Amino acid sequence: MNIDLSSGLFYFLAAVMLFSALGIIYCRNLVHSALFMALCFISVAGLYAMINADFLAAVQIMIYAGTVVILIVLGIMITRRTTMERTSMPEKKYIFRASVLAGILFFLMSYIFITAGTLPTLNTVTLPDDTVSALAELLLDRYMLAFEIAAVLLLAAMIGAVVLAKGADEK
Amino acid sequence: MIIGITHFLIISAALFCIGLYGILIKRNLFSILMCIELMLNAVNINLAAFNYFLPMPDLSGQVMILFSVAVAAAEVAVGLALIFRVYRDFRTVNIDKLNSMKG
Repeated sequence: MNIDLSSGLFYFLAAVMLFSALGIIYCRNLVHSALFMALCFISVAGLYAMINADFLAAVQIMIYAGTVVILIVLGIMITRRTTMERTSMPEKKYIFRASVLAGILFFLMSYIFITAGTLPTLNTVTLPDDTVSALAELLLDRYMLAFEIAAVLLLAAMIGAVVLAKGADEK
Repeated sequence: MIIGITHFLIISAALFCIGLYGILIKRNLFSILMCIELMLNAVNINLAAFNYFLPMPDLSGQVMILFSVAVAAAEVAVGLALIFRVYRDFRTVNIDKLNSMKG
Protein backbone atom coordinates (compact mmCIF):
# COMPACT_ATOMS: atom_id res chain seq x y z
CA MET A 1 0.00 0.00 0.00
CA ASN A 2 2.81 2.41 -0.67
CA ILE A 3 1.02 4.34 -3.34
CA ASP A 4 1.07 8.04 -2.58
CA LEU A 5 -2.31 9.51 -1.92
CA SER A 6 -3.74 11.91 -4.40
CA SER A 7 -3.18 15.30 -2.91
CA GLY A 8 -5.96 17.11 -4.77
CA LEU A 9 -8.62 14.84 -3.32
CA PHE A 10 -7.12 15.18 0.14
CA TYR A 11 -7.11 18.97 0.05
CA PHE A 12 -10.65 19.05 -1.34
CA LEU A 13 -11.96 16.76 1.42
CA ALA A 14 -10.07 18.66 4.10
CA ALA A 15 -11.41 21.99 2.84
CA VAL A 16 -14.98 20.71 2.76
CA MET A 17 -14.56 19.24 6.24
CA LEU A 18 -13.17 22.40 7.82
CA PHE A 19 -15.63 24.66 6.00
CA SER A 20 -18.62 22.63 7.15
CA ALA A 21 -17.20 22.46 10.68
CA LEU A 22 -17.12 26.25 10.70
CA GLY A 23 -20.62 26.23 9.23
CA ILE A 24 -21.85 24.26 12.24
CA ILE A 25 -20.68 27.04 14.51
CA TYR A 26 -21.70 30.06 12.48
CA CYS A 27 -25.08 28.94 11.15
CA ARG A 28 -27.96 30.87 12.62
CA ASN A 29 -30.41 28.03 12.15
CA LEU A 30 -29.81 24.88 14.17
CA VAL A 31 -31.17 22.57 11.48
CA HIS A 32 -28.69 24.04 9.01
CA SER A 33 -25.97 23.32 11.55
CA ALA A 34 -27.07 19.70 11.65
CA LEU A 35 -26.97 19.50 7.84
CA PHE A 36 -23.46 20.95 7.87
CA MET A 37 -22.57 18.29 10.40
CA ALA A 38 -23.75 15.58 7.98
CA LEU A 39 -21.56 17.12 5.26
CA CYS A 40 -18.60 17.21 7.63
CA PHE A 41 -19.04 13.56 8.58
CA ILE A 42 -19.34 12.48 4.95
CA SER A 43 -16.07 14.23 4.09
CA VAL A 44 -14.44 12.53 7.08
CA ALA A 45 -15.69 9.24 5.61
CA GLY A 46 -13.95 10.19 2.37
CA LEU A 47 -10.74 10.72 4.29
CA TYR A 48 -11.14 7.28 5.85
CA ALA A 49 -11.59 5.73 2.43
CA MET A 50 -8.34 7.36 1.32
CA ILE A 51 -6.28 5.65 4.01
CA ASN A 52 -7.37 2.05 3.61
CA ALA A 53 -10.27 2.17 6.04
CA ASP A 54 -13.20 1.52 3.75
CA PHE A 55 -15.29 -0.34 6.33
CA LEU A 56 -14.87 2.58 8.70
CA ALA A 57 -15.99 4.94 5.94
CA ALA A 58 -19.21 2.95 5.65
CA VAL A 59 -19.60 2.94 9.44
CA GLN A 60 -19.01 6.67 9.53
CA ILE A 61 -21.70 7.35 6.94
CA MET A 62 -24.21 4.96 8.51
CA ILE A 63 -23.79 5.86 12.16
CA TYR A 64 -22.69 9.47 12.16
CA ALA A 65 -24.16 10.95 9.00
CA GLY A 66 -27.22 8.76 9.31
CA THR A 67 -28.17 8.11 12.89
CA VAL A 68 -26.54 10.83 14.95
CA VAL A 69 -27.57 13.68 12.66
CA ILE A 70 -31.13 12.42 12.42
CA LEU A 71 -31.34 12.02 16.21
CA ILE A 72 -30.07 15.55 16.76
CA VAL A 73 -32.47 17.02 14.18
CA LEU A 74 -35.31 15.13 15.85
CA GLY A 75 -34.28 16.56 19.20
CA ILE A 76 -34.12 20.07 17.78
CA MET A 77 -37.60 19.69 16.33
CA ILE A 78 -39.06 18.33 19.56
CA THR A 79 -37.65 21.04 21.81
CA ARG A 80 -38.24 23.89 19.43
CA ARG A 81 -40.98 25.76 21.21
CA THR A 82 -39.58 29.26 21.30
CA THR A 83 -37.31 30.75 18.71
CA MET A 84 -33.77 29.54 19.09
CA GLU A 85 -32.01 32.03 16.85
CA ARG A 86 -30.88 34.17 19.71
CA THR A 87 -29.55 31.40 21.91
CA SER A 88 -27.84 29.48 19.14
CA MET A 89 -25.65 32.37 18.09
CA PRO A 90 -22.11 32.70 19.46
CA GLU A 91 -21.89 34.62 22.66
CA LYS A 92 -20.07 37.88 22.03
CA LYS A 93 -18.21 38.16 25.29
CA TYR A 94 -16.52 34.79 24.97
CA ILE A 95 -15.47 34.98 21.32
CA PHE A 96 -12.13 36.68 21.85
CA ARG A 97 -10.92 34.47 24.67
CA ALA A 98 -12.17 31.26 23.07
CA SER A 99 -10.61 32.05 19.69
CA VAL A 100 -7.28 32.92 21.31
CA LEU A 101 -7.36 29.66 23.27
CA ALA A 102 -8.30 27.48 20.29
CA GLY A 103 -5.84 29.26 17.99
CA ILE A 104 -2.95 28.87 20.42
CA LEU A 105 -3.79 25.20 20.84
CA PHE A 106 -3.94 24.68 17.08
CA PHE A 107 -0.65 26.44 16.39
CA LEU A 108 1.14 24.59 19.15
CA MET A 109 -0.11 21.23 17.92
CA SER A 110 0.81 22.08 14.31
CA TYR A 111 4.25 23.19 15.42
CA ILE A 112 4.80 19.94 17.27
CA PHE A 113 3.59 17.85 14.33
CA ILE A 114 5.69 19.70 11.75
CA THR A 115 8.90 19.76 13.74
CA ALA A 116 8.65 16.15 14.90
CA GLY A 117 11.10 14.56 12.52
CA THR A 118 10.66 11.00 13.59
CA LEU A 119 7.24 10.44 12.08
CA PRO A 120 7.44 8.19 9.05
CA THR A 121 5.59 9.38 6.01
CA LEU A 122 4.81 6.03 4.45
CA ASN A 123 3.85 2.71 5.87
CA THR A 124 6.44 0.02 5.42
CA VAL A 125 4.28 -2.89 6.53
CA THR A 126 1.60 -4.17 4.21
CA LEU A 127 -1.79 -3.84 5.78
CA PRO A 128 -4.38 -6.50 4.98
CA ASP A 129 -6.36 -5.54 1.93
CA ASP A 130 -9.68 -6.99 3.05
CA THR A 131 -10.38 -4.78 6.02
CA VAL A 132 -13.74 -6.28 6.90
CA SER A 133 -12.54 -9.79 7.64
CA ALA A 134 -9.33 -8.50 9.23
CA LEU A 135 -11.37 -6.27 11.54
CA ALA A 136 -13.73 -9.13 12.36
CA GLU A 137 -10.85 -11.41 13.28
CA LEU A 138 -9.30 -8.78 15.52
CA LEU A 139 -12.61 -7.82 17.09
CA LEU A 140 -13.68 -11.35 17.97
CA ASP A 141 -10.26 -12.65 18.91
CA ARG A 142 -7.96 -10.21 20.64
CA TYR A 143 -10.53 -7.56 21.54
CA MET A 144 -13.26 -9.99 22.56
CA LEU A 145 -13.67 -8.64 26.10
CA ALA A 146 -13.77 -5.03 24.93
CA PHE A 147 -16.34 -6.00 22.33
CA GLU A 148 -18.62 -7.51 24.95
CA ILE A 149 -18.14 -4.51 27.22
CA ALA A 150 -19.11 -2.22 24.36
CA ALA A 151 -22.26 -4.26 23.85
CA VAL A 152 -23.16 -3.96 27.54
CA LEU A 153 -22.41 -0.23 27.38
CA LEU A 154 -24.80 0.23 24.46
CA LEU A 155 -27.52 -1.68 26.31
CA ALA A 156 -26.98 0.41 29.45
CA ALA A 157 -27.03 3.60 27.41
CA MET A 158 -30.29 2.58 25.76
CA ILE A 159 -31.99 1.79 29.07
CA GLY A 160 -30.59 4.93 30.66
CA ALA A 161 -31.75 7.11 27.79
CA VAL A 162 -35.26 5.69 27.94
CA VAL A 163 -35.46 6.13 31.71
CA LEU A 164 -34.04 9.66 31.57
CA ALA A 165 -36.26 10.85 28.77
CA LYS A 166 -39.41 9.29 30.12
CA GLY A 167 -38.83 10.05 33.76
CA ALA A 168 -38.44 7.29 36.33
CA ASP A 169 -40.96 8.76 38.72
CA GLU A 170 -43.92 8.96 36.37
CA LYS A 171 -45.34 5.65 35.35
CA MET B 1 3.64 16.81 -2.76
CA ILE B 2 3.12 13.52 -0.99
CA ILE B 3 0.36 13.47 1.59
CA GLY B 4 1.96 12.22 4.77
CA ILE B 5 0.90 11.69 8.33
CA THR B 6 1.58 15.34 9.15
CA HIS B 7 -1.25 16.51 6.89
CA PHE B 8 -3.73 14.24 8.60
CA LEU B 9 -2.53 15.28 12.04
CA ILE B 10 -2.83 18.96 11.18
CA ILE B 11 -6.34 18.74 9.78
CA SER B 12 -7.47 16.68 12.73
CA ALA B 13 -5.93 19.26 15.06
CA ALA B 14 -7.84 21.95 13.16
CA LEU B 15 -11.09 20.01 13.49
CA PHE B 16 -10.46 19.48 17.21
CA CYS B 17 -9.80 23.18 17.76
CA ILE B 18 -12.93 24.16 15.82
CA GLY B 19 -14.94 21.83 18.04
CA LEU B 20 -13.34 23.25 21.18
CA TYR B 21 -14.04 26.81 20.00
CA GLY B 22 -17.65 25.89 19.32
CA ILE B 23 -18.08 24.37 22.77
CA LEU B 24 -16.67 27.49 24.38
CA ILE B 25 -18.72 30.06 22.49
CA LYS B 26 -22.05 28.38 21.85
CA ARG B 27 -24.81 28.67 24.41
CA ASN B 28 -27.17 26.02 23.07
CA LEU B 29 -27.08 22.45 24.32
CA PHE B 30 -27.59 20.98 20.84
CA SER B 31 -24.72 22.98 19.40
CA ILE B 32 -22.48 21.79 22.24
CA LEU B 33 -23.44 18.18 21.53
CA MET B 34 -22.60 18.65 17.85
CA CYS B 35 -19.23 20.18 18.69
CA ILE B 36 -18.43 17.26 20.99
CA GLU B 37 -19.09 14.96 18.04
CA LEU B 38 -16.66 17.03 15.97
CA MET B 39 -13.93 16.58 18.57
CA LEU B 40 -14.52 12.83 18.71
CA ASN B 41 -14.23 12.66 14.94
CA ALA B 42 -10.94 14.51 15.04
CA VAL B 43 -9.56 11.87 17.38
CA ASN B 44 -10.85 9.12 15.09
CA ILE B 45 -9.04 10.64 12.11
CA ASN B 46 -5.86 10.55 14.17
CA LEU B 47 -6.33 6.87 14.95
CA ALA B 48 -6.94 5.93 11.32
CA ALA B 49 -3.96 7.96 10.13
CA PHE B 50 -1.62 6.38 12.67
CA ASN B 51 -2.85 2.95 11.69
CA TYR B 52 -2.13 3.63 8.04
CA PHE B 53 1.19 5.44 8.23
CA LEU B 54 2.98 3.88 11.16
CA PRO B 55 4.46 0.39 10.71
CA MET B 56 1.59 -1.58 12.22
CA PRO B 57 1.08 -5.21 11.29
CA ASP B 58 -2.68 -5.28 11.86
CA LEU B 59 -5.72 -3.05 12.06
CA SER B 60 -5.81 -2.37 15.80
CA GLY B 61 -6.25 1.36 15.25
CA GLN B 62 -9.36 0.80 13.23
CA VAL B 63 -10.75 -1.47 15.96
CA MET B 64 -10.20 1.41 18.38
CA ILE B 65 -12.22 3.62 16.05
CA LEU B 66 -15.06 1.10 16.17
CA PHE B 67 -15.09 1.25 19.98
CA SER B 68 -14.90 5.02 19.88
CA VAL B 69 -17.90 5.15 17.54
CA ALA B 70 -19.86 2.86 19.85
CA VAL B 71 -19.10 5.07 22.85
CA ALA B 72 -19.99 8.17 20.85
CA ALA B 73 -23.35 6.68 19.87
CA ALA B 74 -24.10 5.88 23.51
CA GLU B 75 -23.03 9.40 24.46
CA VAL B 76 -25.38 10.96 21.92
CA ALA B 77 -28.31 8.87 23.17
CA VAL B 78 -27.74 9.74 26.82
CA GLY B 79 -26.97 13.37 25.99
CA LEU B 80 -30.17 13.82 24.03
CA ALA B 81 -32.16 12.21 26.83
CA LEU B 82 -30.56 14.63 29.29
CA ILE B 83 -31.38 17.54 27.00
CA PHE B 84 -35.03 16.45 26.83
CA ARG B 85 -35.10 16.19 30.60
CA VAL B 86 -33.58 19.64 31.01
CA TYR B 87 -35.99 21.07 28.47
CA ARG B 88 -38.99 19.60 30.23
CA ASP B 89 -37.88 20.84 33.64
CA PHE B 90 -36.58 24.29 32.68
CA ARG B 91 -38.32 25.02 29.36
CA THR B 92 -35.04 26.12 27.81
CA VAL B 93 -31.89 24.71 26.24
CA ASN B 94 -29.80 27.79 26.84
CA ILE B 95 -27.07 26.89 29.28
CA ASP B 96 -26.86 30.40 30.70
CA LYS B 97 -30.38 29.96 32.05
CA LEU B 98 -29.49 26.70 33.80
CA ASN B 99 -27.99 28.36 36.85
CA SER B 100 -30.17 27.06 39.64
CA MET B 101 -27.22 25.40 41.39
CA LYS B 102 -25.69 28.80 42.04
CA GLY B 103 -28.39 29.34 44.63
